[in-house]
Amino acid sequence: MKPVRTAALSILAATTLGLSSHASAGTTLDAVMKKGYVQCGVSDGLPGFSFTDAQGNYKGIDVDVCRAVAAAVFGDASKVRFTPLTAKERFTALQSGEVDVLSRNTTWTSSRDSGMGLHFAGVTYYDGQGFLVNKKLGVKSAKELDGAAVCIQAGTTTELNLADYFRSSGMKYTPITYDKSDETIVALEAGRCDVLTSDQSQLYAQRIKLANPEDYVVLPEVISKEPLGPLVRQGDDEWFNIVRWTLFALLNAEEAGISSANVEKEAASSTNPDVRRLLGADGDYGKDLKVSKDWVVNMVKQVGNYGEMFERNVGMGSELKIARGQNALWNAGGLQYAPPVR
Amino acid sequence: MSTTHHFKPSLPPPAMSVGAIGWLRANLFSSPFNTLLTLASIWLLWLTLPPVLNWALFDATWSGSSRSDCSAGGACWVFIQSRFSQFMYGFYPAELRWRVDLTVILAIIGAAPLFFRAMPKKWVYGVGYLLVYPWLAFWLLYGGPGLDVVETSQWGGLMLTLVIAVVGIAGAMPIGILLALGRRSEMPAIRVICVTFIEFWRGVPLITVLFMSSVMLPLFLPEQVSIDKLLRALIAVTLFEAAYIAEVVRGGLQAIPKGQYEAGRALGLGYWRLMGLVILPQALKLVIPGIVNTFIALFKDTSLVIIIGLFDLFNSIHQATVDPAWLGFSTEGYVFAAAVYWIFCFGMSRYSMHLERRLHTGHKR
Repeated sequence: MKPVRTAALSILAATTLGLSSHASAGTTLDAVMKKGYVQCGVSDGLPGFSFTDAQGNYKGIDVDVCRAVAAAVFGDASKVRFTPLTAKERFTALQSGEVDVLSRNTTWTSSRDSGMGLHFAGVTYYDGQGFLVNKKLGVKSAKELDGAAVCIQAGTTTELNLADYFRSSGMKYTPITYDKSDETIVALEAGRCDVLTSDQSQLYAQRIKLANPEDYVVLPEVISKEPLGPLVRQGDDEWFNIVRWTLFALLNAEEAGISSANVEKEAASSTNPDVRRLLGADGDYGKDLKVSKDWVVNMVKQVGNYGEMFERNVGMGSELKIARGQNALWNAGGLQYAPPVR
Repeated sequence: MSTTHHFKPSLPPPAMSVGAIGWLRANLFSSPFNTLLTLASIWLLWLTLPPVLNWALFDATWSGSSRSDCSAGGACWVFIQSRFSQFMYGFYPAELRWRVDLTVILAIIGAAPLFFRAMPKKWVYGVGYLLVYPWLAFWLLYGGPGLDVVETSQWGGLMLTLVIAVVGIAGAMPIGILLALGRRSEMPAIRVICVTFIEFWRGVPLITVLFMSSVMLPLFLPEQVSIDKLLRALIAVTLFEAAYIAEVVRGGLQAIPKGQYEAGRALGLGYWRLMGLVILPQALKLVIPGIVNTFIALFKDTSLVIIIGLFDLFNSIHQATVDPAWLGFSTEGYVFAAAVYWIFCFGMSRYSMHLERRLHTGHKR
């Protein structure tokens, strides 16, 4: 009786303290393989990027990047766990080993890449600050916004970018600042300002909240560079390579026309050497990455290629209806370019 | 000779001073100033009430399945409906939610006998309950021998709010009482420790404490060790609230006349029996409003865990409002959150009033 009770108590004590081991004993990859899942840091809620549906499933383009990494490592996109992180705690969570990948709409900047012990693995979404206006205003370009009243969320880099843009184009404006993004959209709808400015991806989300979204339009100008991508800890090149090439493989799959619908057929019967290399039919390009030979097949079959991810979460297949724009492939007029798998 | 005096029957009171009209005259129109205030209030209600009722009830959408069903112009309660189970349980696996329900039911059944005044050996039962129930609740919610483990990262919604609030309250109370006794102790070392502890925790905002526990603590710990995020929040909330409870209880201790202490000592009672049998029962009774006040504040403060990414009731609702399928319904979400918080806080407040009445010992005026 007594030993049983002591054992039970010690189990309880251990679980209560929640002591669990994290990455670091070996490399991140070893630790991930050992625990059997990828721990992924995502946003605590951003439309299209990471949110939960009514069943409690995580969704969004940032979430899908993590699923793709899990599919590459384990051949199973469901072997991933998500940690919702606020903007303030995101870097600490990665630095301290609480998460293995941070995929949380984070802008790639020199100071973050070099000064924080972190590495950006690539760009999942080229974002930039834009403008949302009422069609009634008859404005077709941001160059016509001289003298406008602009709604902004206070305390963000958005404010600085806006000031820079108007000063460099020699135009005047009246800033109207609010604390919450919800307030800015209400102000725009009530006519308290002519223009709403924010990152473009968020302008589309804001537009849905309007009573008549069709009356408003996002202007074509982008006034800042906000490349968003996943991060890993510096100094673990093996893990860095896996995350980086997961992104590249997703892009290469789209470029080669491989989607979740045809990936198995292509893997079995394609004669295109590029496709055969990518899907592991010729050679084994997964070996040096320390993933399986058919890593791209697993990834594309379970998560889809980059285009599918985009359309499903933020593009035409979603409520946001964001055009590909800068996020189109390089050969379709966009910026998304991946080195070949060879 | 005798005269018989016949009294006339009493006249009824003037019609203007009884019934509804009388009440109105006495309470709403008793003076020109009161009349003015009444009219102003009616005017304000006239301005605000109809639009609110229209929005919340008459123009509201109650059934449907997606945002396209909400075209009536009023509130879209469909949004709350579709997310209701998530607001209650967070990401707790649907097939295991009976464990949460059972935990709550056991808490209610287990605590019920404590509310019967006539129960014999009540305090023995109470202490036993407090010793057994937490382990049982932990086993049911988290899992362990015989049950699947549900990681705390999957806990959420109202359930998480209650876990934080209940653990905070149950943990803060005994620690707070000990701190209060320690602060009034005659032993300098203990007094200094207690004063330092109380002043430290009262000197920092809860949001800072939570933030430190979630952002700074992991940097100090070795990389292999990580303490569960929820546990960090629980410890932070408990210690923080204990400092406040300590000061409330100290107020009660100071209100007890010196004669009570002297009488206790004259009976030959030692320190602990003096405190436990004479001083504390009186002191705690006095400070019920203050303690409940602290608990209500704590219950609402649980929503601060949003800044460390825990999905309590408030954060679950916030999270639901960013789902592209339901963008633009944040008002409904926040109104629902306010209603739930209000129900719990009002309940606590009523219970404290009931307790005060029951323990009424002549202090009440």
